[in-house]
Amino acid sequence: MSQEQKAVARARKAFLTGRSKPLEHRIRQLKNLQRLFVERQTEISDAMKKDLNKSEVGTQLFETLGLEGEINLAIKKLKEWAAPRPVEKNLLTLSDTVYIQPEPLGVVLIIGAWNYPWAVTIQPLIGAMAAGNAAVVKPSEVCAHTSKVMEYLLPIYIDKELYPVVTGGVPETQELLRQRFDHIFYTGNSMVGRLIMEAAAKHLTPVTLELGGKSPCYIDKNCDISIACRRITWGKYTNCGQTCIAPDYILCEPSIQDRVIEEVKKSIEDFYTDNPKTCTDYGRIINQRHFKRIMAMTEDSTVAVGGDSDESDCYIAPTVLRDVKPEAKVMQEEIFGPLLPVLPVGGLDEAIKFINQGEKPLALYIFSPDKKVIKRMIDETSSGGVLANDCLVHYSVSTLPFGGVGNSGMGSYHGKFSFDQLSHLRGCLIKELKMEGVNSMRYPPHTPKKLGWARFFILKNPDLGWMGRMALLAILAVVAAVVLQVSYGGREERDINEY
Amino acid sequence: MSSPPSPSPNRWFKALRRTRLGEPCLKTYPLECVELLKRARAAFQAGRTAKEGFRLAQLEAVVRMLVEHECDFVDALGRDLHKPRFETVVSELILVKNEALHAINNLKKWMQPQHVERNLSTTLDECLVVNEPLGVVLIMGTWCSPVQLCLVPLVGAIAAGNCAMINPPEYTSHTAELLHRLIPSYLDNECFHVIVTGTNDLAQIVGLKFEHVFFIGNREEAGRVAQAAALTLTPVTLVLGGKNPCYVDQQCDITTTAQRIAWARFHNAGQSAVAPDYILCHVDVKERLVQALKCCLMQFYGSDPRESRSFGRMVNLETFNRTRDLLWRSGKVAVGGQVIEAEKYIAPTILTEVVESDPIMQHEVFGPVLPILTVKNVDEAVAFINKQEKPLCVYAYSSNSKVISRLMSETSSGSFCSNDSILQSLMVVLPFGGVGASGMGSYHGRYSFDTFSHRKSCLLRGTRFECVTYLRYPPYEDRNLSLMTWASTLSQKSQGWCQIL
Repeated sequence: MSQEQKAVARARKAFLTGRSKPLEHRIRQLKNLQRLFVERQTEISDAMKKDLNKSEVGTQLFETLGLEGEINLAIKKLKEWAAPRPVEKNLLTLSDTVYIQPEPLGVVLIIGAWNYPWAVTIQPLIGAMAAGNAAVVKPSEVCAHTSKVMEYLLPIYIDKELYPVVTGGVPETQELLRQRFDHIFYTGNSMVGRLIMEAAAKHLTPVTLELGGKSPCYIDKNCDISIACRRITWGKYTNCGQTCIAPDYILCEPSIQDRVIEEVKKSIEDFYTDNPKTCTDYGRIINQRHFKRIMAMTEDSTVAVGGDSDESDCYIAPTVLRDVKPEAKVMQEEIFGPLLPVLPVGGLDEAIKFINQGEKPLALYIFSPDKKVIKRMIDETSSGGVLANDCLVHYSVSTLPFGGVGNSGMGSYHGKFSFDQLSHLRGCLIKELKMEGVNSMRYPPHTPKKLGWARFFILKNPDLGWMGRMALLAILAVVAAVVLQVSYGGREERDINEY
Repeated sequence: MSSPPSPSPNRWFKALRRTRLGEPCLKTYPLECVELLKRARAAFQAGRTAKEGFRLAQLEAVVRMLVEHECDFVDALGRDLHKPRFETVVSELILVKNEALHAINNLKKWMQPQHVERNLSTTLDECLVVNEPLGVVLIMGTWCSPVQLCLVPLVGAIAAGNCAMINPPEYTSHTAELLHRLIPSYLDNECFHVIVTGTNDLAQIVGLKFEHVFFIGNREEAGRVAQAAALTLTPVTLVLGGKNPCYVDQQCDITTTAQRIAWARFHNAGQSAVAPDYILCHVDVKERLVQALKCCLMQFYGSDPRESRSFGRMVNLETFNRTRDLLWRSGKVAVGGQVIEAEKYIAPTILTEVVESDPIMQHEVFGPVLPILTVKNVDEAVAFINKQEKPLCVYAYSSNSKVISRLMSETSSGSFCSNDSILQSLMVVLPFGGVGASGMGSYHGRYSFDTFSHRKSCLLRGTRFECVTYLRYPPYEDRNLSLMTWASTLSQKSQGWCQIL
């Protein structure tokens, strides 16, 4: 039996003991996870520095602060989320108990990504734990130091049988995917997303895929360009552009292109000094392969800002490309790097048309003071999420579901949505063995009279509210008495015949 | 087919082919499907389905279609499944009408964007979730309730603003032909198409690329659908069958229990994905249960169910043979057992002395055969149920609420019902679907609307208050981080994180 098989089998065995279900256990584990982030900040930051050249403050800001918030939210709301959810009753179910019961799924596989390794690997784990599941955590092998730290730290704080960490590369991931899970949660790119979904299909396992795409950013000529560009610069060059919801490219009218480029240049200097290479707050490309991929994209476009690079350090300067054409290399795939192409378009109509020609992205940004323009963008395009007049921050609102659509993914999470995504919402109807008279209308032999009663009872009525329901209950009682009388009368006849 | 097909442009795309038994039936070839899909996509992109008025009109048309052609549906289902009129009207037509009326009554509310709770930093912003249609969806129903299983998801798809291709099951050829004939007369001809394909073409059709695939059927076909959908990253909803266990406790009213179980199991000649598949009966009450069931069957269908107009037939020879084999090779016949191949008739049958290794316990029983196994207590029942794959439904009959509670909390299934069967799958307010081997995703009522929608998060900010936003920009300073951490601990008392971003 391979290591991966063993880990999954142990997790399933642990789940079947039922110990991940009680709310006290879930809260205890979440609190332990919380302590990890409080006590081990240094080790986490050191590994992030080695992997992505992220500064300590940057790590906290973008990775662990968010997780602490989500854990707090889950602990606080767990009782409410896990409670039975009552639903509206109808005429036939007035005397019954009808509700939806959230239940754990079983063993969940969480495959993390390398760009925000803690955020995208642990956030689904929080949802899985809150929902009462066991979870196999597979951090990305691309950020080697962080995955080692995760492998070392998690078993110290949380149940190591229920939540094992499995590290490794492609062969290990493939071995994991051969096992059977109750849900697979993947963050990454669409190519691998397809493979994951195919592997899941063999066991009919549901998946949540958080993929990427080219997130467009439209700048209206009437907006405050200086603030807009500052926010875009922050959103684009954080983590050196390696963010799934980074604004991928800008669409704006030719008349403001120069101003936009100017403002972005100013913001870059404000944030990262005039030599970003020496700035501690500016990151690096994760590895040589991605470095080469990104540099190849600059070949057929004009560099307006930046453009310098250093292969030995995997450094690419914050770069802006101007007058980019739709056929350019940089527009063919998600950039995932610090290149910001600017495509001139004639106006909102052309921008919308251009966006709709591509695949549905994970995020869509629009900078405009005009609510009508924003509304048109929301109504006439489709994307995972929309953010007006800022970048990235919709990720942090835990009451908003975060996820993609079409090529950018399926399913969503954050806050309660994580809990629901990794639970089974089971419909429950609790009846009693009384009031059989009412039921008799559905039994054979079928008569036209019974059909009439069925139509009356089952066909949907408009919602009548409390008083209406009371009145209906009274009528129902009378009707039930009548039906009981009829059916008992019938039964007596039959009994007599049998003798 | 008795009535001549009505002339319509769609007919030009169709070719007749013969089934294995030589009955003529329609088939839509994959090439024609591509053409129809293009038209549906063009109609969607033109924004045809976006307006509330359009969606309401289509939903009302569905209701009208069912009302005006009730006789045709009764006739078609009678030919396909020997379905009694009562069952067709109640379990097929009224159910769809209910869903459509529920959607009509609630559409405005469902279409409204939902404003969500805000945190400290987004107090001045607008946070909302917009329900967006997906595009063109594919709905594939199965033959046990062909009308309901195609049209209930269609109601959800229409309400959510999508275009749809409906693929009714080929086995129930008269119903498929009826839907194929009627839908173009009632629903928009560009947005909604009926295609009739065989199970061999499943993967090819799914591969044409839809925005969502809704499939109801068996596990094997579902596997092919899921694989094909994975290649195009198409989300799927699968509602599959399974062996639905039904526990009968020693403390219960046996007469009523028997009536409810018998109704659930033997309607539609047992061809239902939500009927109790097998009974786990407490050893103390087994004899009485069998006796009571026998009485019920007599009451429902008379002494010769073959003569009863309330009892159905198997849909085709394949399912007839399969069910008959399971019957003959398992347990002992306590009631019924008669089979007549020429009529595809299997009498309502109850098997006792069934053991776990019998063939009937290895496959879903999609016919009027009810195996009864005995258990000594609730523990044994729970252990037995948990050994099997997660089913679509778990049923429990008992007057002791603790027993019900145990059955519910210690097992897992798509849905649960105590002291009755099937009803939880008919309710418009409960999500209906499977889990694990019985499927993924759910539908009915609001859940259908959600299945066929994309919940788009929208955060609309202003460009004022930049003085606050500056805290997040580089150069990162410990002072700024402390300020933010402090602010976030303040707001953690309410919810969320990242208070001043």
